Amino acid sequence: MSTARPIPTLRGEERAYFDRARARELVYQRCRACGAGQWYPRVVCQTCQSVDLELIAASGRGVIHSFTTLYRAGHPSRTADVPYTVVLVDLVEGVRVFGELVDADPADIRIGLPVVVDFQDLGELTVPVFRPSNGEKNAR
Amino acid sequence: MRGEIAVVGIGEVDLFESKGRSPAGLMAEASRLAVADAGLKMTDIDGLFTASSVYYTPSLTFAEYAGLNPRYSDSTVVGGASFEAHVGHAAAAIRAGLCDYALITYGSTQRSDRGKLVSQAEWLPYEQPYAMIHPISPMGLIAHRHMHQFGTTSEQLAHVAVSARSWALRNPQAPYRTPLTVDEVLSSPVISSPLHKLDCCLVTDGGAAVVLCSADRARDLPKPPVYVLGFGEAANHRNISAMPDLTTTRATESARRAYQMAGLRPTDIDVANVYDAFTISLLILLEDLGFVPKGEGGPFVESGAIAPGGSVALNPNGGGLSYSHPGMLGLFLLTEAVRQLRGEAGERQVGGATTALAHGMGLTLGAHATVILGTEDTR
Repeated sequence: MSTARPIPTLRGEERAYFDRARARELVYQRCRACGAGQWYPRVVCQTCQSVDLELIAASGRGVIHSFTTLYRAGHPSRTADVPYTVVLVDLVEGVRVFGELVDADPADIRIGLPVVVDFQDLGELTVPVFRPSNGEKNAR
Repeated sequence: MRGEIAVVGIGEVDLFESKGRSPAGLMAEASRLAVADAGLKMTDIDGLFTASSVYYTPSLTFAEYAGLNPRYSDSTVVGGASFEAHVGHAAAAIRAGLCDYALITYGSTQRSDRGKLVSQAEWLPYEQPYAMIHPISPMGLIAHRHMHQFGTTSEQLAHVAVSARSWALRNPQAPYRTPLTVDEVLSSPVISSPLHKLDCCLVTDGGAAVVLCSADRARDLPKPPVYVLGFGEAANHRNISAMPDLTTTRATESARRAYQMAGLRPTDIDVANVYDAFTISLLILLEDLGFVPKGEGGPFVESGAIAPGGSVALNPNGGGLSYSHPGMLGLFLLTEAVRQLRGEAGERQVGGATTALAHGMGLTLGAHATVILGTEDTR
């Protein structure tokens, strides 16, 4: 039996993020007024409340800030996927993003591991995921 | 505000499994017990404070269910910390003359509901598609980071659960009657690394309620008043991807505000009731509340400091890890603090306790509210 992955109801500015992911871009925001970066995208700058915000494609490169490997599925759609790992990644652009780590043996996962973004199509939604960057081998 | 408001009644009901009561029914029964404990009638209650994960408008739902007609109501929901927040909000409302007798109540059938949809949790769209386990996976992210920064180990975390069980063995109402070992915690299944099943709180039903009023009114009531000496709130995030620092929370700020108002320091606290949804969240809160310096929580709990006879009398009823955790624990921290300050805690009574702290934590260490309580002598 296949169950669909949980798909959020996208409202307002949330849609643009996933539209860009569909185009194979991981985006974050930079404030044109104060220069602060932020992820996830918002309609105001968290730092200075400016509305002059730019949605920028990140390099997709960063390091694992922390991780957790799930040995029990967080949703019926993922029962066959365990163990799987979710991560917080510090991008080189200076923002922290959330995602999944793929193509990694749980025994090799550690904080500080360099990763690079990839994308997964989940039916109507495309989401960013990360894989170990292993030098240039997996560079995009 | 210090010493001007008192807790005058407490009630708890069905702490493991609901005996046929709905969440509102648990709230109603706990409220009836708390109001009777205070020597009052339900019709005296004119301020209502409640939070819920099953009712969208909990104060409205409960007022209807219990036949209350409050002139002041507050459904502030910041997860498990809601009820400590309600203490501050109720104290402010009483001082402003907006109500005289405030009831804080909560009920949940989380254990009986197991496997059914019980949560109204709204997901951040940027996290939801990955299907982590909320709130265990965010706590796993937090735990790995604490281990990375400070060398904390799974064995040390296990000591938190073991200490909680040691306390619970002194509480006849606690559900598990045998000691727990570090090995048992470590050999329980890993749910979301590095956290094992026994690093997580119990899943129970339960209801609780407390009644507050002014110190002047409290003097006429049967039980010794337990005074609100200090209060502080703070919040840092709703979603784990927005947590500013995975290993230091704004409990530091809520606690600083509460200690300052009370004129007390961590070493002045006789009984600490600290939200223990997970071993790691408890460890971090011990650091942030000032019971041990940042990063030293692991060796501290490993030394037996939070077990009976240790340097901090922590969650004497067994806490969320070994007493009861019906979805949100916050109100049960307050009821135990009050019992301890009244000297009603039986075999687990902390001798001569005159001050108690109750710290509520909401969601994944995202919301914080600290309440410091004291007896007449400390006022």
